[in-house]
Amino acid sequence: MSAVRRSRAAVACLAATAALALTLGAAGCSTVGGGPDAAEGDAGPTTLTVYAAASLQEPFEDLGEQFEADHEGVDVEFSFAGSSTLVGQIQQGAPADVFASANTSNMDKLVDADLQAADPVEFTTNTLMIAVPAGNPAHVTDLASLTGDEINLVVCAPEVPCGAAAEAVERAAGVDFSPVSEEQSVTDVLNKVSSGEADAGLVYVTDVKKAGDGVEGIAFPESDSAVNTYPITTVKGSAQPELGQEFVDLVTGESGQQMLGGYGFGEPDTGGA
Amino acid sequence: MLLPALLGALFVLLPLVAMATRVQWGSFAELITSESSLQALRLSLQTSATSALACVILGVPLALLLARTSFPGLSLLRSLVLIPLVLPPVVGGIALLYTVGRQGLLGQQLELLGIQITFSTTAVVIAQTFVALPFLVISLEGALRTAGTRYEIAAASLGARPSRVLATITLPLVLPALLSGTVLSFARALGEFGATITFAGSLQGTTRTLPLEIYLQRESDPQAAVALSFVLMIVAVLIIAVARRRVTA
Repeated sequence: MSAVRRSRAAVACLAATAALALTLGAAGCSTVGGGPDAAEGDAGPTTLTVYAAASLQEPFEDLGEQFEADHEGVDVEFSFAGSSTLVGQIQQGAPADVFASANTSNMDKLVDADLQAADPVEFTTNTLMIAVPAGNPAHVTDLASLTGDEINLVVCAPEVPCGAAAEAVERAAGVDFSPVSEEQSVTDVLNKVSSGEADAGLVYVTDVKKAGDGVEGIAFPESDSAVNTYPITTVKGSAQPELGQEFVDLVTGESGQQMLGGYGFGEPDTGGA
Repeated sequence: MLLPALLGALFVLLPLVAMATRVQWGSFAELITSESSLQALRLSLQTSATSALACVILGVPLALLLARTSFPGLSLLRSLVLIPLVLPPVVGGIALLYTVGRQGLLGQQLELLGIQITFSTTAVVIAQTFVALPFLVISLEGALRTAGTRYEIAAASLGARPSRVLATITLPLVLPALLSGTVLSFARALGEFGATITFAGSLQGTTRTLPLEIYLQRESDPQAAVALSFVLMIVAVLIIAVARRRVTA
C-alpha cells in the first residue's frame, strides 16, 4: 500500500514539476530576448539588439529588415515589451544597443541611471482613440457617450502611460468615466474590445489600425490634450555604438518617419526634449 | 541525500531572501497600508477562500468519481481534469472568456438572464477555481486510492447506506489529504494572476487581487511592488503553516 502511495505522490510531484518548468520556461523566454547572440556575435554576423516599446513592433520590424538590407552581415534583433519592463531589464544589465520608449518618463528612468550613450531624440507621437467592437453595438459617438452606467468601458490603469493619457482626455472633456476595468496594458484593453466583452475602450490610434476588422476607431477632439511622445537613444556599454546610432538615424530620418506614419504614428513635436 | 536536499531548499529560499533584502523596511508599513493595497489584500483573501470552498464542493465528488468508479474514458477524463495544471493561466483565462464571456458558449443564455460575469468578482473566483481545482482533485484521489475500499466494503456488508459509508468511513479516512488539498488550492488561488487579468479584468476593490496590484505597482512604484510581494509571501507561509499544524495535530 505504501508503494501505491509513493507512486501517487510521485505523479503529483511530477505534475507540479512540469507545471513549474513550463512557467519558468515561459518566463525565461521573455527576459532573455536576443541576449546570448548579441554577446557572442564576433564569429558570425554582427547583431544589433534593439529594445523597443511593444507598440512599435510592426514599423520597427520593417525598419529592421531595411537596416539589414543596407548593412551586410548585420542582424537586427528586437525585444518588444512594455517600456518600463525594458528599462528595468537594461538596468539589470540586459545587452541592449538601442532603446526606444513609448513615453518620456521611462526614457527619463534610463537617463537617471546614466545608461544613455547619447541624448534621447523624440521621434514620433501617438494619440488616443475610442475603440469599439465591429458594428459599434453600444452606439458610441464621443467621450461623453462613454460615461453611462450601462456601457462597459475599459481603459488602462492610471499607473501606465495609456491610462495617464486616458485621465488627461477625461479631464479635458470634463467627463467622468466609470470603467469596468483598468487594464495593465493597451493590448489588454484592445483584446477586451475585440472580443466584444467591452463596449468601448481607449487605445492608441496605432492599435486601432493594427487590430483590423474586429475593431472600429472613433476619433475625438480632446485627444490633442494627451499626446504621447516616443524618445529613442543608444545605450551605454553597447559593443557597436556606431551601428546603434545608424539605426537611430534611420528611425528619425525620412524613411523611418514615413514607415511610422504608415502605421498611424504622428510626427514628433518640434519643441525638442 | 543531505546535500541535494540542502540544494533543493536553497533553490527555493535564496530568491525569497534576495527579495527580502530589497524591501525598504523603513517605509514598509506605509507601502503596504495604502488603501489600494489593503483592498487588494482583502479581495485576495475573500476570493481565494471562496475558490477553495468551490474546489471542495466540486473537487470531492470528482475525486470520488475518479478513484472509486471505472468506466471507459476514465483515464482520459483524469488527464483532462488536470489540464489547468500545465495550461498557461492566460490561456485558461481566454478559455473562460470563450465559455461565459458575452460572445462565449454560454454568453447568450447568460445575457438573456441579465447576468454578466466578466469584470465581476465572480469572474475572479471562477478563474481561481479553474486553476486551483486540479490540486485538490490530485491530492484527494491519491489518498482515496491509497486508503482502499476494505473498510467501506465491511461497513456496507454490515448494512450501512452509501451516504453513511461516505460520511463515517471514506471522508474521515482521507481528511488529512482533503485538508492539505484545500490548502494547496487556496494557495494556488492566492497567487493566481494570468487567468484573472485575462478573464476578469482589473478594477480596484472588484477584480484587482494582490498579484494584479503587485504587477500594476511595478509600473509606477517598484518599491511598493516588492513590499506587497513580501506580504503575499508571508500570508501564504502563515496559512500553509497553520493548516499543516491542524492536519498533523
